[in-house]
Amino acid sequence: MPSFVITEKCDGCKGGDKTACMYICPNDLMVLEPNSMKAYNQEPDQCWECFSCVKICPTQAIEVRGYSDFVPMGSSVMPMLGTEDVMWTCKFRNGLIKRFKFPIRTTPEGQANAYLDLKGNDIESGLLSTEEADGLELRAPAADQLA
Amino acid sequence: MALPNNPLGELKAVRDPEVEEREVDVLIVGGGMAACGSAFEVKKWMSDDQSVLLVDKAALERSGAVAQGLSAINTYIGENAPEDYVRMVRNDLMGIVREDLIFDLGLHVDDSVHLFEEWGLPIWKKSEEGKTLDGKKGQKMGTLKSGASPVRTGKWQIMINGESYKRIVAEAAKLAIGEENVLERVFIVELLLDANKENQIAGAVGFSVRENKVYIIKCKTMMVACGGAVNIYQPRSVGEGKGRAWYPVWNSGSTYTLCMKVGAELSMMENRFTPARFKDGYGPVGAWFLLFKAKTLNGLGEAFAGSDAAKAELERFAPYGTAAITPTCLRNHLMLFEMKEGRGPIMMDTVSALAELGKTMDKKELKHLESEAWEDFLDMTCGQANLWCATNTEPEKKNSEVMPTEPYLLGSHSGCCGLWTSGPDLDWVPDAYKIKADNGKVYNRMTTVNGLFTSGDGVGCSGHKFSSGSHAEGRMVAKEQVRYAKDHADYSPALAQSTEELVDIVYKPVRTYLEHCDYTTADDVNPNYIKPNGMMYRMMKAGHEYGAGTATFYQTTSKNLEIVMDLLATMREDNEKLAAGDLHELMRAWEIQHRIWTLESHLRHIQYRKETRYPGFYYQADYPGTDDENWFCFVNSKYDPKEQKWDIFKKDYIKIIKD
Repeated sequence: MPSFVITEKCDGCKGGDKTACMYICPNDLMVLEPNSMKAYNQEPDQCWECFSCVKICPTQAIEVRGYSDFVPMGSSVMPMLGTEDVMWTCKFRNGLIKRFKFPIRTTPEGQANAYLDLKGNDIESGLLSTEEADGLELRAPAADQLA
Repeated sequence: MALPNNPLGELKAVRDPEVEEREVDVLIVGGGMAACGSAFEVKKWMSDDQSVLLVDKAALERSGAVAQGLSAINTYIGENAPEDYVRMVRNDLMGIVREDLIFDLGLHVDDSVHLFEEWGLPIWKKSEEGKTLDGKKGQKMGTLKSGASPVRTGKWQIMINGESYKRIVAEAAKLAIGEENVLERVFIVELLLDANKENQIAGAVGFSVRENKVYIIKCKTMMVACGGAVNIYQPRSVGEGKGRAWYPVWNSGSTYTLCMKVGAELSMMENRFTPARFKDGYGPVGAWFLLFKAKTLNGLGEAFAGSDAAKAELERFAPYGTAAITPTCLRNHLMLFEMKEGRGPIMMDTVSALAELGKTMDKKELKHLESEAWEDFLDMTCGQANLWCATNTEPEKKNSEVMPTEPYLLGSHSGCCGLWTSGPDLDWVPDAYKIKADNGKVYNRMTTVNGLFTSGDGVGCSGHKFSSGSHAEGRMVAKEQVRYAKDHADYSPALAQSTEELVDIVYKPVRTYLEHCDYTTADDVNPNYIKPNGMMYRMMKAGHEYGAGTATFYQTTSKNLEIVMDLLATMREDNEKLAAGDLHELMRAWEIQHRIWTLESHLRHIQYRKETRYPGFYYQADYPGTDDENWFCFVNSKYDPKEQKWDIFKKDYIKIIKD
């Protein structure tokens, strides 16, 4: 189900500091054609259909078309990624449309607690830093459970 | 398509790249869940004078197996005992596992899950009435850490709204390690041993897929966690659908190959995973079995898995086959048996399952249930949702086919191939499971090469870690790495090769290309070199036909293995003639080399183990069935980088937790 870029909608992320799809694709597939300044998928048969490029594209220029070797034509699945939820529109070949909304995160983006001030004490113990801070004690397998 | 002598990729490769040399104490190779765990943990233990660098082939925000998202966290111990976690993993993997590693992981995995929730991952909760609340509504029940009940599917798995799972985890990882200590779009292709100290890791080389630049990075200690191996076998879909691998298509066996090539011992590389999934789209089936209580039917409409014939077949593999939860390989075995007997295809009976659930639910609840079924796909396998749309499949009206996939190699899911690593230095861990470093100390999850660690898919004999366990394991390793670096503060890594020699190695495919590409009018066909794409098909075909691929219903024989070994030997020779005209192709050239080495180690192990330990995953037809008397042991192998020879041998299994 390789991604494709709609010519009219892609502006090559001219205004941004990076080409979003090229930045995000985990398999290095999305590239910018320097003359047209538009992106394309350079190796469609290595696309995992992870939708990372679709979700990140600022102009919604990227969609996905079912793999030609087993997916009948005419359907589509499109996400709209917000800050708290993702909205999916699933269009069937027969015209049926289903919409779903799912939460994606419960905290503001960029504010995950990385415990920047936390320092571990005992480097010889098997405890992770947050476990040590919580006062956890590591246990061995229970004596009556041993072989 | 490509014009003559005009490489397809936009970023052309040049003969002489820039070189950037770096030296750090702690090097993290990889960017998935394990590496993000390391990135979060590492600075908590580092002193101010120590340095760290994380190198990722892709962008941390969406790299690794969780890039697309996940609909569940498959390992959360919660109210269960880690001892039972060991029993579950042991049974699923037919008895031969490292119980020290599994128990140890079971102690730590929940801490990572609690962090994920704190960072913002929505986790489903049970209401006071026992109803299911999604991760947003469920917040009112409090956090898992504060005692709220998750929604379990099976004993070990909890449900999440996981579209942004990796983004959330990567965000915390990047904040913790510092953006300046992360190199993205750099592919590490070879590890380097120390010039003076025997069996000591000293660094790594790689290149940028964005600019013509080679990186030479020296380090005191390194973790390699680059996932498992995908597309090493010809997949069932060979056109565009080749990308629709069940596991991430960019996992190229780098973890195993990088480590084995510097002499790290591998273990259980014969183990593989051929998950049964919804056919072609490879959508998950777990929720259908566990959450919706669906059954699979054979072509005659029979629920074959509960039949007397199936029970009798499972008896042959007691005690594993007769356990309450049938091992994954044996579930495949039963399915393949039906197919081979002419009773295929296998269908997931979604219609009956939803009808049954509908009997006790009102309309609103049913609507919610439908949404849950779709979310299971949309969170982690969007393409399966599209396949349902394209085939007008509404699960309440139409059943879907289930099929075992092509083989995958991994150590974190329902598989256990990987590196032989040290267990923790604790009294209850057998000495045979501890690896002593040069200073006589034991470092948890260190490989047999001093200073070289792995985690996630890289740690052998310890499956069922999944995303959460891989993250926790990465954290455990980060602490051990810092400890190792502190204990080796005086060690100064020295490389045996010159900068020039290293660039020659990394850019060899580019030079081969530039030297010969003008000889022919179309650059893909040239007698002086082979393109990575061609080599990929050659490898896939060999494994498919001789190495227990889908072509033979996962069956091989001793003679077939001999043939495929010859084919692999010529592939390794011809790897010297790989050609790449652009940076993307250079990445593919190195990936295919990693895949070929990984496949070879897999088949060497299958060749050595003279039994069929995992029926349903593969069959050695000359040695059908399990043979506990001779083979209830690990199989380990070691490639000697100096002699360029393989050694393969048995290693004792030690039972720690009683039945």
